[in-house]
Amino acid sequence: MNTQTIVARDTSAVAIDAGQIARSAERRLGISGYLACFYGIVWREVLRYLHQRERFFSALVRPLIWLFIFAAGFRQTLGVSIIPPYESYVLYEEFIAPGLIGMILLFNAMQSSLSMVYDRETGAMRTLLVSPFPRSFLLLSKLLGGVSVALLQVYAFLLVAWFWEIRPPTITEVKLFTMFDPQPWLASVIGSVKDPIVYSVFSIPDVMQTTVGYITVIPALLLAGLMLGSLALFMSSVIKQLENFAGVMNFVIFPMFFASSALYPLWRIREASPLLYEICRLNPFTYAVELIRFGFHGQVDTTSLLVVLGCTTVFLSAAIFAYNPSKGLIARRGGPGGSA
Amino acid sequence: MTVTAVTPPDATTAKSAAALVVNGVSHHFGDKKVLDNVSLAVPQGAFVVLLGLNGAGKSTLFSLVTRLYDNVSGEIVIRGFDVRRRPSQALQKLGVVFQSRTLDSDLSLLQNLKYHAALHGFRGKDATERALHALSVVGLGERAHERVRALSGGQARRVEIARSLMHRPDLLLLDEATVGLDIGSRESVVKIVRGLVETQRLGVLWATHLMDEVKAGDYVVVLHKGRVLFTGDVPSFLHTTGEQTVVAAFRTITGTNPLEEAA
Repeated sequence: MNTQTIVARDTSAVAIDAGQIARSAERRLGISGYLACFYGIVWREVLRYLHQRERFFSALVRPLIWLFIFAAGFRQTLGVSIIPPYESYVLYEEFIAPGLIGMILLFNAMQSSLSMVYDRETGAMRTLLVSPFPRSFLLLSKLLGGVSVALLQVYAFLLVAWFWEIRPPTITEVKLFTMFDPQPWLASVIGSVKDPIVYSVFSIPDVMQTTVGYITVIPALLLAGLMLGSLALFMSSVIKQLENFAGVMNFVIFPMFFASSALYPLWRIREASPLLYEICRLNPFTYAVELIRFGFHGQVDTTSLLVVLGCTTVFLSAAIFAYNPSKGLIARRGGPGGSA
Repeated sequence: MTVTAVTPPDATTAKSAAALVVNGVSHHFGDKKVLDNVSLAVPQGAFVVLLGLNGAGKSTLFSLVTRLYDNVSGEIVIRGFDVRRRPSQALQKLGVVFQSRTLDSDLSLLQNLKYHAALHGFRGKDATERALHALSVVGLGERAHERVRALSGGQARRVEIARSLMHRPDLLLLDEATVGLDIGSRESVVKIVRGLVETQRLGVLWATHLMDEVKAGDYVVVLHKGRVLFTGDVPSFLHTTGEQTVVAAFRTITGTNPLEEAA
């Protein structure tokens, strides 16, 4: 009795129409199948988030403490001069609001990464990865699910901030321009323009001018969320154990947040420490914050846009490689959740 | 000691007919060889027990069959589709119950199943109907709207089985599905899966280190330290080893005592 015998017995009992199976597979893996899969993954992320009220409140409390306590204390000691995109002096709270939104996106991304490491350790990640859809599509969908949750958190923060009278400025027109002062190596690629060059302008109807900032910032939030989420996705493949995640706080979240333009304008940092200024300009999070800051003013800083897009591409490619079943880091190590 | 060498299945008959064919698969993690030239087959409508102690390579084999990572040598074919070359088609024919619990405890049974339906391209009414039907198959149709958190371990296992059936697979893999369950729950889970083999002609690969789960009519594949030592039915297993029980036969063929190793 061997395998041959078993198989031979079965052959007579079951006739397979391989073509029929293939046709059925094609139908299910068509565009509607992809849409269903994408919708399902995003829906689950949002649903899980809504079920975890503690996570919602803790995510909200962190930036609000910074806004209400830290910013209030610094208001009197730190003046913010008129730098683009601001057209007048602004309160410190108003200045750091985009940075705190960046903080929400950063923490949310890292929390997603944490949950992915946990899912990998417990094996829950397997249910996602055994889907018949391409793994890159599954990971991108999961990433967008995480970004959707982050956007919910951001708008909850903005709602509270609105009552604190931290609101987007009145916008009369949407501008696409370049003004940022990038690193020399980056400037050689995309050019360096220290004075704003406006490429195009779109007028905003009167009735929308006070609220349109909430809408114009959405693309910036999505892109910044995708960049940070991609980084977190890659990190989730690199981190071997959940315990190692504490290191992420010290070596990724805090340095990224503090060595950026989230809390202080870059010119202030340059005055204090030229070295720190250079570090801030190398930090992708700086560009994410600036993209959001300009987004609230209905403006697109193309340097930040290009840096964020470039970093997203690099991080996402690294993450997809790491989760690749034949080449990736997971395969070499025996994950996700895998053991002999 | 390899008692029965596995004959490589014929490409034109076995690969298209069998639910699963694993042929000459080896796998390393770094320098450690965890699977060594493993071959086995699961026909449609057969209950195949993959017997092995902890660390035998069962979970690694499952990881390769489910394409969590690719096999570097040999081939794995599900209903005629090579897992490495045509993963989408192969994975559509596959249902899996992993060793670890993989349900979202904060979501309801129905929500968990609808998520899985989405991962296979189903949504809306179709997904809901499939989920409710699968839950009724495992006897939990009435509890569709309860949270998973409220279920016992055995019930949660049954939900995972329901989840693995939603896309109507031809092959069902279960990795230590009864570990941690009480006797009643174990019997319930085994009964459901054996019922599926009869009623839906599913091919089932049931990985376990619990020898008492092997029944007289089952096919057995003994995996030990990454190598297949025996494939065949239970009478052949006992006859070849000259033993009276599966435990004794296992002990003879592997040179280990499963009761001590399990303890």
